[in-house]
This record gives sequence, C-alpha cells and structure tokens, in this order.
Amino acid sequence: MREALDAWTFVAAAYAVGIGATLAMTLWSLLSMQRAEKRRDDARKR
Amino acid sequence: MHGFANPARFLRIARWLMPLCMGAGFVVAFGALGWGLFFGPAERLQGETVRIVYLHVPAAWLGMAGWMGIAAASFMELVWRHPLAGIAARACAVPGAVFTAVCLITGSLWGRPAWGTWWVWDGRLTSMLVLLFLYFGWMALSQASEASDGGRNRAPAIFGLVGAVNIPIIHYSVIWWNSQHQAPSITVGKSAMAGAFLWPLLLAMLGFTLLFAGCVLARMRAILANQQAEARLRRKALGAAY
Repeated sequence: MREALDAWTFVAAAYAVGIGATLAMTLWSLLSMQRAEKRRDDARKR
Repeated sequence: MHGFANPARFLRIARWLMPLCMGAGFVVAFGALGWGLFFGPAERLQGETVRIVYLHVPAAWLGMAGWMGIAAASFMELVWRHPLAGIAARACAVPGAVFTAVCLITGSLWGRPAWGTWWVWDGRLTSMLVLLFLYFGWMALSQASEASDGGRNRAPAIFGLVGAVNIPIIHYSVIWWNSQHQAPSITVGKSAMAGAFLWPLLLAMLGFTLLFAGCVLARMRAILANQQAEARLRRKALGAAY
C-alpha cells in the first residue's frame, strides 16, 4: 500500500531548517563579533 | 586585493559594508522566499515540493562558494602571504559548512516525496556529503594550527587548496555519472526553468549570498579583534615582566 505524503509537511520542515539555520548563524556571527570587539576595547583601556 | 592587506583599511570598509550586506540580504532573501512560498505556482510534476528549491539551490551554491572562498584565500596566503587571507579562510568555514548542511537536509526533505527515499549514494549527494566532512576536517586542522603556533602553520591553506578538487566533482557529478539527481537547470546564459520559478530563485540566491558575505565580514572582524586583544594583552604581560 502506498503511503500518502503531504507535500506541505516537507516544505514547512525544509523552510524551518533553512531559515532557522540562517538566523542562528547570522546571530552567532554578530554576537561573537560584538564580544570580540568589546574584548579588544577592554584590552586597550587596561 | 593587496590594498586590503592593511587590517585598519579592511576594518574601515567592513564597518559599513557588513550591515549593508546583512540588511539587504535579509530583505532580498526573505522577500524571495515569501514570493516563492506564497505567490509562486506549484510545479506540474513535483507539485508543492518544488518550493524547496528556493532554499536548496542557494544553500548548495553557498556551500560550494564557501569552499571556493577558502581555496582562493589559501592561494593568497601561500603565494603572497596576504595577512588577511588566513582570517578570510577561517571566516568562510562555518557559514560554508552551515549552508552545506542546509543543502543536504533540504535535499533529503525534497527527495522523500520526489524520489521516495531520504538518501541515495549517488555522485551528487555523496560528493556534497564529502564537502561537509572536508569543512569539519578543515575547521579541526585550523583550530589545531591556531592553538599550536598561532596560525603560522600552512597546513590548513594546503588542505584548502587540495579540497577544492571536490568542487568540480560536485558540479559535474550529474553529467559524469548516472544520478538520481537532476542535471543542472541553470547554466551560464541558459535556463531550463520557467520564469515563474527562475526569478524568485535568482533573487533568493542573491539575498543569501549577501547574507553569507555579511556573516563572513562579521566573522573576520571577530577573528581580527580577538587577535588584536591577544597581542595587546601579550605585550602588556611582557612589559610587566621586564
């Protein structure tokens, strides 16, 4: 018997993975940059 | 290219270019995804699953572009000793690996309804998986090199150049070997896709490329700032010792 597949389930899962990974990577890049630049500025002030 | 060898000049440019790339990237990429998801038509044979193309193809392109960035930066590092080349290569690695993983996962989610299977060991899928493992290996080697001698080791640059052999293999795999994966739909100056699918796809590729560039610039700024902080702290420690 052939199982019924709902195409939208796969589309939604793909968009959740793609958008989630892109947002997480962008946020991580920005936060690590801010942290590193703050660390450099603190080192200069010391 | 040598004009950007000065980190201060690079930082001056990156400070305005990074937010511009990220902002424009978000607007264009998510606009294109919205267009494809809500307003684009379903495909005659694949139905609604064709909408995965707007994520899958940009992710595949950027997974390969990330490694091409590593290879180009490695070449500059080995030949011209460009001071920012090693930093650029390290900055490309994580975004490239993330997009390669997104390509593999979205491809698998597309393969299940389209082919009836999550995975097949054919040339295109296997060479893309090899690319992900190459990223993992390159990141481990780069970290080990950074920890052992502050990144002066040339091994990651050589690995970056040798690993570039996989890029044409990925591209031509669907031509060289029998493959479950379809042949290229878009080539230079020619497209087998209808405009209703092609335009949102091209926009998504542009948007995600801008986001990728923004992330690489942010990573470069982070690596540079960490190196500058380390250097300053080391100088202070040496000054205190004498």
